Amino acid sequence: MFHRFANPTRFLKLADVIQPWIAGATLVLLGAGLYFGLFASPPDYQQGETVRLMYIHVPSAWMAMFCYSALAGSCAVALIWKHPLADLAARATAPIGAAFTFLALVTGSLWGKPMWGTWWVWDARLTSMLVLLFLYLGYIALNNAFDDPQRGSKSSAILALVGFVNVPIIKFSVDWWNTLHQPASVVKMGGPSIHADILLPLLLMAAAFTTYYLWVLLIRIRTEVALGKIRARQMQKAQTGYKG
Amino acid sequence: MKRKHKRLTFVFIAMLLLGAASALMLSAFEENIVFFYSPTDVKEKKLTDGKRIRLGGLVEEGSVKKSDGAIVMFRITDLTTALAVSYKGILPDLFREGQGVIAEGKLQGGVFKADEVLAKHDETYMPPEIAEALKKSGQWKGKEK
Repeated sequence: MFHRFANPTRFLKLADVIQPWIAGATLVLLGAGLYFGLFASPPDYQQGETVRLMYIHVPSAWMAMFCYSALAGSCAVALIWKHPLADLAARATAPIGAAFTFLALVTGSLWGKPMWGTWWVWDARLTSMLVLLFLYLGYIALNNAFDDPQRGSKSSAILALVGFVNVPIIKFSVDWWNTLHQPASVVKMGGPSIHADILLPLLLMAAAFTTYYLWVLLIRIRTEVALGKIRARQMQKAQTGYKG
Repeated sequence: MKRKHKRLTFVFIAMLLLGAASALMLSAFEENIVFFYSPTDVKEKKLTDGKRIRLGGLVEEGSVKKSDGAIVMFRITDLTTALAVSYKGILPDLFREGQGVIAEGKLQGGVFKADEVLAKHDETYMPPEIAEALKKSGQWKGKEK
């Protein structure tokens, strides 16, 4: 089953079928998430209306880590089993993950100024998140640094796997060390410490961000496949002596 | 062993070693990664005057005294030890008695002179009415009164 869809052409046929559904789900979830997040949810007892920044910040941060795990997983599959699709998925995931990381850092900073009293501090959570952004950028840069795309994929895949140690560090930084950033509210022992009215828009937005990622991922994989075909065509032309 | 099995084993072992190496490094650097010290840490380590540190804990109930010239005096406690802090400047929105704060500055003759105070937010989120109701029914577990 895994091997069957590792073929890009077969995968694209499947993608044609599921892409409209994913796009529809994204729009519905995003609409519901924004409605509940902006209008149909109460302010927080301490933060007031500023709590609404969380509906962007927390899903972005989750997706930043999710995308990196997907990136590292795809890179491992590409390195070990040499599946061509895994390589494409990794290349397609990196910019999306970088965008989510950037969004999490910026919204966190906007929230930090009124609540903590500072835009930025070098605590373990914030610093490890910044390192994640640099890992994404490093992956993208290394991937494009070689004339031979195969070599680029291999070197950057190794970088992505090495960087994966950062993901558990981000998740547990708030438990292992004293940080300014608050500990986890949703995914923790003993259940979430968020009231249901505030949790609902958060989960809707998280679901919307996930389907959005899948949507953009399919579009980007399609582009990567097309680019690969163009490259192959050009190579063929070059070999036959610029005739065609 | 097939080549892909070799690669799988190699990646697996490399990841294990990498994980172990980072765990060792992080535990070695623990002192430097910690963002703030508690009043007990400060007392136990006998930190000398003049060294810049961050002190974190709760603002002790009834300890906040505002005087002229925007100087605020309060005590930071970790419920075992408390340390007097003086600060001149604007306090963040979330600063109040019982709230977690982090002050940056240095010890001067038993008083912590802060030049920056940050409020720490906890991981509880709820609507104001629920917070009111919890306080009324005596179920309130938060630090803030």
